[in-house]
Amino acid sequence: MEMLMNALKGLLGWVDARFPATKLWEEHLSKYYAPKNFNFWYFFGSLALLVLVIQVVTGIFLTMHYKPDATLAFASVEYIMRDVNWGWLIRYMHSTGASAFFIVVYLHMFRGLMYGSFKKPRELIWLFGMFIFLALMAEAFMGYLLPWGQMSYWGAQVIVNLFGAIPFVGEELSIWIRGDYVISDATLNRFFAFHVAAVPLVIIGLVVAHIIALHEVGSNNPDGVEIKKNKGADGIPLDGIPFHPYYTVKDIVGVVVFLMFFAAIMFFGPEMGGYFLEHANFVPADPLKTPEHIAPVWYFTPFYTMLRAVPDPFLGVVAMGAGVVVLAFLPWLDQNPIKSVRYRSALHKLNLALFVAVFVFLGYLGVKSPEPVLSELGLRFSEVYFVFFYVLWFHSKSRDAKFSFMSLIVWVGLFSLNDVARYVEGAGELMMIGWLIPAVYLAVMFLAPLYTNLNAEKAVPERVTG
Amino acid sequence: MKKTILAILMVLPTLASAAGGAHLDKVDYDLHNKESLQHGAKLFVNYCLSCHSAAYQRYNRMAEDIGLTEAQVKSNLMFAAEKTGETMTVALQTEDAKTMFGTKVPDLSVIARARGADWLYTYLRTFHTDESRPFGVNNATFKDVGMPHVLWELEGMKKLINADELQKHPGAAPKFEKISDGKMSAVEYDNAMRDLTAFLVYVGEPAKLVRYELGVWVIFFLVILFLVAYPMKKEFWKDIH
Repeated sequence: MEMLMNALKGLLGWVDARFPATKLWEEHLSKYYAPKNFNFWYFFGSLALLVLVIQVVTGIFLTMHYKPDATLAFASVEYIMRDVNWGWLIRYMHSTGASAFFIVVYLHMFRGLMYGSFKKPRELIWLFGMFIFLALMAEAFMGYLLPWGQMSYWGAQVIVNLFGAIPFVGEELSIWIRGDYVISDATLNRFFAFHVAAVPLVIIGLVVAHIIALHEVGSNNPDGVEIKKNKGADGIPLDGIPFHPYYTVKDIVGVVVFLMFFAAIMFFGPEMGGYFLEHANFVPADPLKTPEHIAPVWYFTPFYTMLRAVPDPFLGVVAMGAGVVVLAFLPWLDQNPIKSVRYRSALHKLNLALFVAVFVFLGYLGVKSPEPVLSELGLRFSEVYFVFFYVLWFHSKSRDAKFSFMSLIVWVGLFSLNDVARYVEGAGELMMIGWLIPAVYLAVMFLAPLYTNLNAEKAVPERVTG
Repeated sequence: MKKTILAILMVLPTLASAAGGAHLDKVDYDLHNKESLQHGAKLFVNYCLSCHSAAYQRYNRMAEDIGLTEAQVKSNLMFAAEKTGETMTVALQTEDAKTMFGTKVPDLSVIARARGADWLYTYLRTFHTDESRPFGVNNATFKDVGMPHVLWELEGMKKLINADELQKHPGAAPKFEKISDGKMSAVEYDNAMRDLTAFLVYVGEPAKLVRYELGVWVIFFLVILFLVAYPMKKEFWKDIH
C-alpha cells in the first residue's frame, strides 16, 4: 500500500514538473476560498455546468443517429425515439436539458441581479456570462430546427426573416444565413454544423473564461461583502472556506435535488404540456402550410413579446435585441455601492420583484395570440421592462425633487408621445388604461423616495452574516 | 372605460387555460390494457391502414408491445407488408391521394402527439352528413376535412342538428341525430374509438409504456442518493459557522 502511494506521488511529481496539475487543482478547488454564506441561489452556477455536460454528452449520442437532411431528419428523430436502444431516453434528456438550461441560467442571472454580483470588480464575469447567454440562445434556436417539425421550420422562418427587416442589407443577409430563399436543406445542414460544433465550442470557451475571471476576483455572496478585505494572518479570508471539499459536497446535494426535478419531467411529462416539446412539432415540416399560430419555445417568449410590441418590423427587431443587450450594461447602470438586495431599500426590492413578474408575464404573452388587450399589455410591460434599467440607475444614489419630477415627466411624456403617434379611432380606452401601467410604476419608483422612507437603505456589515 | 377594465379583468382568468378551438370530449384510455390496444390495432389495420401509414411503427415492435406473437400479427394484422420487421407503410401514392381526397394523407405515427388523444377521440365520433362535401360527409371537429367517414359501417350515419349554434359558438358541443344504424351501438362505437385512440397514443410514443415505471425507479434511486449526500454535506459542514 505504501509502495503504491509512493509510486502515485512520484507520478504526480513527474506530471507537476511538466503540467501544473496540482497548481490548477489548488487554485480552482482545494485552495479557492469561497464565502461560507452561499445560499440556495448559489446552486445554479454548478447546475448550469451540469446541464452543459448533459447536453454535450447526450448531443454526441444523438448525432450518431440523427440525419441532417430535410428528407430524413424528421424520420431519423422518430427512429431514435423507437428503434435506437434507449434513444428515447437520450432524446428526452436533450430536449428537457434545453429547457432546463434556460431555467437554470435565468435563475443564475437573477441571483447576480439580486446580490449585485455584476458590480465592480466582477464586470467581466457578467459580460462573459452575457456572451454565454447569447451563444446559448443561438445554440437553442439552431438546435430547434433539427427535428424538422412544423414549429422548427416556421419558427426558424420567422426568426431568420427578422434579419430581413434590417435596412439595405437585410434581404441579402437573411438569404446568406439560410443559404437559400426559404428555410431548406441547406439551412438545416448549416444549422446542424453550428449546433453540434461551432456554437458548443464557443460556449465551452466562454464558460472557461467566465470561471477563470470568477476565480481571479473571487465569488460574491448574499451579503455583498468582499471576503478578501478581511484576511487572517495566513492570508486566507476569514469568511472563506475551500471550495473543495465544502462546496463540492454541498453542490452534490444540489445536483441530486435538481436531478429529481429533471427526471420527473423527463419521465412523466417530457412535453411539459407543449412548452418543452411543442405539439405542432410532431407534424413534419411543410413549406407550403403555415401553422395557424407560430409560437417560439417558452425561453424566447419574453423577447418575442418585445418584438411584437413594436409595429415596425425593423424597430421590433431592435427592441428584441435591445431587450437582451441591455442586460450587459447592468454593471454600469446600477451604480449603487451596496451590492446585496439585503441592504438595499424596500423600493429596490419591490423594483426587482416587479421586474421578475414583468419578465414572466412578457413570457406568458409571447405564447399567446396577439389579441388587442394582450398586445396592449405586451407593449406596456415591454415599456416597464426597459425603463426598469433607468430606474436601477436612478436608484444608484438619492436624487433631488427636481430631477425626480423631470425623470417622471420625460419618461411618461415619451410613452404618451408614442401613444399619440399610434392612436387609432376606438383604441383610446384600452390605451388610456394601459398607459397607467408604466405611469404608475414610474411615479412610485421616482417619487416614493421623496415622500416616503421606502428608499431607506441599511448598513452593510463588515463581515458576512450566517 | 369600465368596459375596457372589464375586458382586461375578463382576460386574466383565462390566462391560465389554453384558448379556444373546437369542443373536445375527454377520452379515458388505459395503455396497460392490452386488449384495448389489440382491439385498437385491429381497427387501425382494417380501417386506417389502407390510406394512412404509420411509417415509423414496426409490426414486430407492435406485437411485442401489445402482447401478441409475431405469428398472430402476421396472420391477423399484416395485410400491407411481407416481413414483421417492416414498418406500417401503405401502397397509396401521394399523387393518387391528392386526386382522391384533394390533399395528401397524413402519416399517423405521431398524430396522437400532434393532435392529442382527446382530439382524435372526438374527431372520430363527429362525422356527419353534409351534401355539399365530395363524399357527402363533414366533420364537426375538423371542418371540411378531406377524409370520408370510413367507419360508417360501424357507426352508421348521423346528421348535425345544431349547426347554427356551432357557427356562433365554435366551442360548443355538436349535437347529432342518427339517420341510419351501423353494426355497433353508440356505446360500442365510443368504446371502439377509445381503443383506436389508445392504440394511436401507443404508436405515437412506444416508450410511453416503459418510461413511467422507469421514472419511478430513477427517482427512487435519487432519493437514496440524497439520503447519503445530505448527511455527508452536514458532516463536512459541522465546523463551519
